[in-house]
Amino acid sequence: MQNNAMRDLIVGIFVLVGLGTLAYLSLQVGGLEFGGSDRIVLKATFDDIGGLSVRAPVRIAGVKIGQVSAIDLDDELRATVYLEVESGLDLSIDSTAAIRTSGLLGDQFISVELGAEDEVLADGEEFAFTESALSIDKLVGRLVHDAGVSD
Amino acid sequence: MIGLIRSLGAQATALIAGLGRVANFGGSIVIALLKPPTRFGFFIRALYDAGVLSVALICLSGFTVGMVLGLQLYTTLTRFGAEEGLGAVVGLSLVRELGPVVAGLLVTGRAGSAITAEIGSMKSTEQLDGLRMMAIDPVHFVAMPRALALTIAMPLLNGLFIVFAIAGAYGIGVSVQGLDGGVYLSGLESAVRFGDDVGQSLLKSLVFGLLLGLIATYKGHSCSPDAQGVARATTSTVVTASVVILLSDYVITALWDV
Repeated sequence: MQNNAMRDLIVGIFVLVGLGTLAYLSLQVGGLEFGGSDRIVLKATFDDIGGLSVRAPVRIAGVKIGQVSAIDLDDELRATVYLEVESGLDLSIDSTAAIRTSGLLGDQFISVELGAEDEVLADGEEFAFTESALSIDKLVGRLVHDAGVSD
Repeated sequence: MIGLIRSLGAQATALIAGLGRVANFGGSIVIALLKPPTRFGFFIRALYDAGVLSVALICLSGFTVGMVLGLQLYTTLTRFGAEEGLGAVVGLSLVRELGPVVAGLLVTGRAGSAITAEIGSMKSTEQLDGLRMMAIDPVHFVAMPRALALTIAMPLLNGLFIVFAIAGAYGIGVSVQGLDGGVYLSGLESAVRFGDDVGQSLLKSLVFGLLLGLIATYKGHSCSPDAQGVARATTSTVVTASVVILLSDYVITALWDV
């Protein structure tokens, strides 16, 4: 056996580097987060969420502040979306949650537009105003219909 | 006709008996793992042979695979005007499939074959019998540290492979083809999820390492003790382990969402 200490060191470095790559893949690439105590969950109810999916980003002014954590149907068969956002942002209670699309064919995300009230949304509370997804199908349908009427 | 049926029956019996011997051997490795002494020094040496000596191969192959992915996917995605999707496609295909499978096949050829050849030549020179004569269990002394080292080394090498491949695709897609670096990395990070993708990758590489460790040490222990037997066992390790890795890859992928 040649030079035990040297070999042990090299093996140790190998294990550390390997664990480092796995940590990079998990934390940075995979988006694994620990704790989560500094996050609050807000609810928003929509008539139509279009192609919105779990883990879609939540943005204010284009800056990501959280993500969609779950999507459910409520008792009135409307879509309830749970948003996991950073706490301490002081979103006023009359803020609007709107489903928007990034680019023409891009992914859908939730854009929060701030209101004017002083009171802020707390953990578990629901957005008072929402805007459903704009469906291109419906828009084209309406356009064709309107064009037909005006003839 | 009767002879045909009889030979079919004999082959089926041999197959089942072979599987039984492998399972038996795997069981004795697990028992050896729980029994003191731990053979930590042998484990470190096996980890050096199987893991550290594979690093250069894994990094170079990972980087090359990433470069090819970057080139191929960039030109294909450009046809649909979707080159922003490069990071997502590269990340998902590497993390979910290419990383564990290609790293598994490379380690099979690089380290699995070496372990079979080493144990096989130990057997053909009657070193395993010598150990038995000194009341040392050869499974505990020879096979267990090597099988464990392959199981531990595989996820680590898998991680190295994926990271180097991501860098290789970055090098081609961003530095050569001119895609924006931020677009590539943010596409990668938003597409790959920890639970479904990285978790699946880790599970796969762990299972592949376990299977390769079992196959490589079993083939070495069960080879016929002559030069030709060692050669056959080494070839058989590479062939069997490659097929088993590809098959179990399908099974894990299919069962993941169930």
